[in-house]
Amino acid sequence: MIRNSTSMAALLTVFLTASLATSCSRKNASVTLPKPATFGAAIVESSGGKQMAQTGSLLPQPVIVQVNDEQGNGIPGALVQFEAAPGVSFDPAYGLTDSSGQFTTNVSLGGMAGRYQLTAFTFDKSHKRIELNLQEIALGYQQTVGRRLNDQYCDRCHNPESTVERVSNYDNLEVKPHAFAEGDTLNKISDADLTAIITHGGPALNRSALMPPWGNTLSKADIEALIAYIRSVSDPPSRAAGPIYGKD
Amino acid sequence: MKANLRSFWRRFFGDSVRAFGVVSLIFLVSLAIAPAKNFFSEWRHYQHGYLKMIRNRSEANTLQRHFKSGIQQIWIPDLNVVDRCTSCHVAMKEASLTDVATQPFRPHPVIPHKLDEFGCTICHRGQGAATTLSEAHSSTLAWEQPILPAKYTESSCGECHRNWLMGTPVLNQGRAMLARFGCVNCHSVKLPDGTTMKATDDPPSLSHIADKTTREWIYAWLKDPQAYATTATMPNFKLSDDDARDMSAFLIANSTPVAGDSATVPAKASPDPTAGASLYGESFCASCHAVQNAAGNVVGGDVGPELTRIGSKVKSEWLQGWLRNPRTFDPGTAMPHYRFNDAQVATLAGFLEAKTDSDLLSNVHIDPATREQIVHGKRLVSDYGCASCHEIAGIKRPETFAPELTRIGSKPITQLLFLRGMPHTLPDYIAGKIRQPRAFSPGLKMPQYSFTSAQIDALTTALLALNERSSTLPPPLTVPAPPKSEYQPAGKAGKLMTDLACLSCHRINGHGGDMAPDLTWEGSSVQRQWLVDFLKTPNTLRPALIRRMPRFNLTDAETNELADYIMTVYQSPAVDRDSMPQSGYPQSQIELGRQLFYEKYSCQGCHIVDTKTDKGYIGPTLTQVGSRLTAAWIYAWMKNPQALRPGTIEPNRAMSDEDARALTAFLISQKGAGKQEAAKK
Repeated sequence: MIRNSTSMAALLTVFLTASLATSCSRKNASVTLPKPATFGAAIVESSGGKQMAQTGSLLPQPVIVQVNDEQGNGIPGALVQFEAAPGVSFDPAYGLTDSSGQFTTNVSLGGMAGRYQLTAFTFDKSHKRIELNLQEIALGYQQTVGRRLNDQYCDRCHNPESTVERVSNYDNLEVKPHAFAEGDTLNKISDADLTAIITHGGPALNRSALMPPWGNTLSKADIEALIAYIRSVSDPPSRAAGPIYGKD
Repeated sequence: MKANLRSFWRRFFGDSVRAFGVVSLIFLVSLAIAPAKNFFSEWRHYQHGYLKMIRNRSEANTLQRHFKSGIQQIWIPDLNVVDRCTSCHVAMKEASLTDVATQPFRPHPVIPHKLDEFGCTICHRGQGAATTLSEAHSSTLAWEQPILPAKYTESSCGECHRNWLMGTPVLNQGRAMLARFGCVNCHSVKLPDGTTMKATDDPPSLSHIADKTTREWIYAWLKDPQAYATTATMPNFKLSDDDARDMSAFLIANSTPVAGDSATVPAKASPDPTAGASLYGESFCASCHAVQNAAGNVVGGDVGPELTRIGSKVKSEWLQGWLRNPRTFDPGTAMPHYRFNDAQVATLAGFLEAKTDSDLLSNVHIDPATREQIVHGKRLVSDYGCASCHEIAGIKRPETFAPELTRIGSKPITQLLFLRGMPHTLPDYIAGKIRQPRAFSPGLKMPQYSFTSAQIDALTTALLALNERSSTLPPPLTVPAPPKSEYQPAGKAGKLMTDLACLSCHRINGHGGDMAPDLTWEGSSVQRQWLVDFLKTPNTLRPALIRRMPRFNLTDAETNELADYIMTVYQSPAVDRDSMPQSGYPQSQIELGRQLFYEKYSCQGCHIVDTKTDKGYIGPTLTQVGSRLTAAWIYAWMKNPQALRPGTIEPNRAMSDEDARALTAFLISQKGAGKQEAAKK
């Protein structure tokens, strides 16, 4: 009887340790990185930085980075890994560079509006980590409304770039408007002044009458949304737009 | 062992006093469990963390004053919602904490609703009454709705808002896709207002398909529609070679010739090889039809089908007949009846027929159809529900071909069959089903679409909005979609307008396209002579526009018919044409108007009055505005443009009557240099 119970206890202990061990090992085995064939000297952005997407959504274009050797040529078979704040997901998050030295990933941003810092890294020959930081912009409700209003009312003059669908009016204006990404200029203008200039037009702040007043056309909430959008696309970032979410 | 137990028993329960003491102690300890659990609870831990965080901030006192300790709750009896999320998310309304990056202490971003009135779970799902993180955010045995991933949040807006919203582009896109890709042809979606969602994809009738194309093309198309046109909305049914052979056999055998289709055009195509391209350009075909260019980009509109390989598809006689008058073949087509003459038809047809792809049909070799194949093809055509989308003679449209999706957004997870390795949530199931329907079971009929990930997210968002709550909300809590207008112009002119498919591009009384200006008040807006000239030779009003009104080769009688109808019927009650004279304004007033135009209102930023000095590209060119618009319309427009055309980007300047009158005087004096010279002659 006694011998029986001790053997039972022993069996139980063995079982428990075994199950514990398997659960632990499963955790450890979750990521098996591919073995890099080569090691680069630098990692650079090919495309995909500074994109905008709604919170939680996929960026419109994939992020492509390239691993270069000392001569600046892309090298295939180098390991690239991506990391970012919790909530950001990569598809895929790691992998080897292709024949032209590039690695492509699709990125979904986190659930909070604001800037996200993505870090792509690889290792050089001495196993030192080399990094590349990219920033992407997640638009919340207000910025989404602002973006649409911007496209409808502001972009034709405030964006010097023309597209096939839409010719910019920027070059036609005697006094040039500011592009909304011009952080150096626009970050110095307070929300109150931006509101005044949008509501009452350029002359409200002693600027050109070519900027018409929108106060009778757009609602107060619309103008707040526009400013939220302008702050979120500002380069360098506007402090009012909030923190930059990165890897902790 | 037995001895040990006995001594243990004696030690604690040896006599009654000792036993009483021990039992009381156990009792006390067990009583303390509940308060201890409460004391060490997660929400208390977060509240302590919050107080610690705000201590060193400059606005600590204000934040401290706003802070309420203990479990917090938002209760919305109307919707049976109890949310305790704010017990941990304590700073939801603290706008000054926007720089805080860690949850649960971020303030809520600005939305058009008050948090106290809407709570949290209405938009974010999850278990509102729970007070631990895992129970609130994840699905449990008792609560199967976890927090909604941020990319689907707009679906919650769609539960109450049935209209188009500026702030919900994903939901808008998803809803449009349900109609545009014909999802609702097979799956019925009953909207809460009692109507059924209608498709907007307009699939062609297959009853006369043998007139239009060959069996070889049908076979290639059935096998892979996207190989013919990357933008094709028809999905891939993954048919076997034999099935595609038999279905094409049936469709050809079942086809009857279109009654009244005349023979080929006698005229020969223009010998000039560029004539076709320029006629295609002049007719603005690209406003509706796309073509893939050499770089692989699809350029053009998506109202009509892509034409990249049209020459490999259509028969010459059919194409010529269609170009001559598309309405003979499809009375409801969005394509206008251009009134091309025979030479033009031949030229355009020749240009389009040259758009071929030799690879498309090179490997298609099918023997003449046997009777068995035709019979089998017919069975396949009805089995795959082809008639849900296409009109096919002899086959009835199935009433309920696929599961209804009216309440798909609250389908219980226990009723779903997940694939291995797939997260067990409803959004993942819906997205997975759209991405690869046949992965769920090889026998399923739902075809393979070629959607991008973003499109799948949009569709999933729109489907999640179709749920129990959205279909049972009391009407006062909903924002209904604007009533659908089925306006059609009446009479002889109305028939002409239908023939010209005006409503494919223009909107009138809430019905029609949005490619071109709204014509609801066109009669109040323009002068008759201008309208007649414009219908005869449409010239562009906006220099930067790439989509323009095509020329329809109208007869004088037709032009007059249209002009009379528009001038009489499309009159705004807000504009009295006789309130302002068309001419005779004093020079001083005109001069004042000029000053206002260039100085105070700086209209030249967007408009051109003098081509030598003004450059504005955004609004219409105003060099001849005095010959185009009525003075009463200009005046009313100056006072409030959005009242006449909702959504126009012309800003409302809240002009005084005097300024508006002076600007009207100035603008009405702009008759255009060419016109004045012509008048002198």
